[in-house]
Amino acid sequence: MSPVLREKSIRRKIPGRVVLMILAGICVFLMVITYGTNSFDAPFNNTVGNMIVPFEKGLSKLGIWMNTRKDEFRSMEALAKENEELKARVDELTEENTILSKERYELAELRDLFELGDEYDSYSKVGARIIASDNSNWFYGFTIDKGSKDGLQVDMNVIAGGGLVGRISSVGDHWSRVTAVISDGAYVSGQVLSTEDTLIVAGNLEEMRNDGTLSFSQLSISDNVNILGEKVVTSQISDKYLPGLLIGYVQSADKDSNNLTYSGKILPVVDFEHLGTVLVITDMKNAASE
Amino acid sequence: MLQKFFCFITIPIFFVIESTLFSHLSIAGVTPDILIIPVSVFGFMYGEKTGMYTGFLAGLLFDIFFGGMLGFSALIMTLVGYVNGQFFGLFYPEDIRLPMILIFTSDLSYGLLFYIFRFLVRGKLNFSFYLLKIIVPEALYTLLISIIVYPVLLHAYNRFEMIRLRKERTIAGHNQGTPSEYHIE
Repeated sequence: MSPVLREKSIRRKIPGRVVLMILAGICVFLMVITYGTNSFDAPFNNTVGNMIVPFEKGLSKLGIWMNTRKDEFRSMEALAKENEELKARVDELTEENTILSKERYELAELRDLFELGDEYDSYSKVGARIIASDNSNWFYGFTIDKGSKDGLQVDMNVIAGGGLVGRISSVGDHWSRVTAVISDGAYVSGQVLSTEDTLIVAGNLEEMRNDGTLSFSQLSISDNVNILGEKVVTSQISDKYLPGLLIGYVQSADKDSNNLTYSGKILPVVDFEHLGTVLVITDMKNAASE
Repeated sequence: MLQKFFCFITIPIFFVIESTLFSHLSIAGVTPDILIIPVSVFGFMYGEKTGMYTGFLAGLLFDIFFGGMLGFSALIMTLVGYVNGQFFGLFYPEDIRLPMILIFTSDLSYGLLFYIFRFLVRGKLNFSFYLLKIIVPEALYTLLISIIVYPVLLHAYNRFEMIRLRKERTIAGHNQGTPSEYHIE
């Protein structure tokens, strides 16, 4: 009873505008604090993450489950006409079948991942499942189901389908947030594999939406070299990405107005629309260089 | 009390649904922002404070998981809740137009503010692209989803109203003579 009464008395005392000012103040304070440093992020991440992530795990499993069950439900409708006993039996078998087919599908997917992992054999990797994705239409990132308790750290590189996906931008106990290379404002230092010329790869929302490409800039290369279709990999001088991870292929290149450098588009190798599982490289750039 | 709990718990539920299921439901690469629906709705249904608190919570959740800049979405969402709260007096359960207009406008302004502060400041000047390819489609899609979601929230609102009225009636019945005092409250 008392909290209700207290609530009412507060409501009468503080006008809405003041509450707005207080909340806005908190927001601005948080923005200023987190602008330069990530230290404030960790406690927030962990407490809230531990509350939300289990639900996300369950619900994303439900999503996968629903997808695989869709067809079975259809056949079950037809079977409903048959007698109860038979239906129960079919239900049982369907259930079993679903689990098995799901497992088989997973197995195939994991096998694929593992084969593709061979390209980067020298790095140690762990597989992780995507449990939630950034739904804002503005940036591209997602949450995976492994975190610091599974040995992951901020800035570890994430790959899938033989190409670079992104890097971990924050970790919780059993989840991590991955920022993708295609996210607007994400930059990667790369190089053309054949000529070893360095360039800057940038995620660009406009180009991603229009033709599914990344943009690159500051490539200095002599005029007579044809780089269209060449592989672009992460460069040696990148401070967060391990060298030699495939980003994509050069799709177009135009000379900048300064007549020295080129900029253009890169087609990424990873199919970002259909990511289910990813590999996290547990070797760090900093540790590797020591 | 029950109503406050409902508002508080709705936000995480919507957030989890949005980040897990709705990413599979994108049309032409655009996904709806269903998190703005309860913020807007609670604003004009229960007043500016409820709108602000739910907006703050929703924005903070989004920032923690995906935002990158803690407090930014929280600020916009708090504002969205506050502005929607100004329509508290104009809201009638029978009227569907005002809620739809408010939800649509909320998502539209959220998109515009997001563009201005996260993209325009970085020199992304192609405004027509962002408006026509992202902001407006997202708002329309959100509007579409809100046609399904809004009746659920309205149903809850009607329930809370019924409980409140019943409580008032019993209180008024107990001390006859001064029921008006509770109506003012």
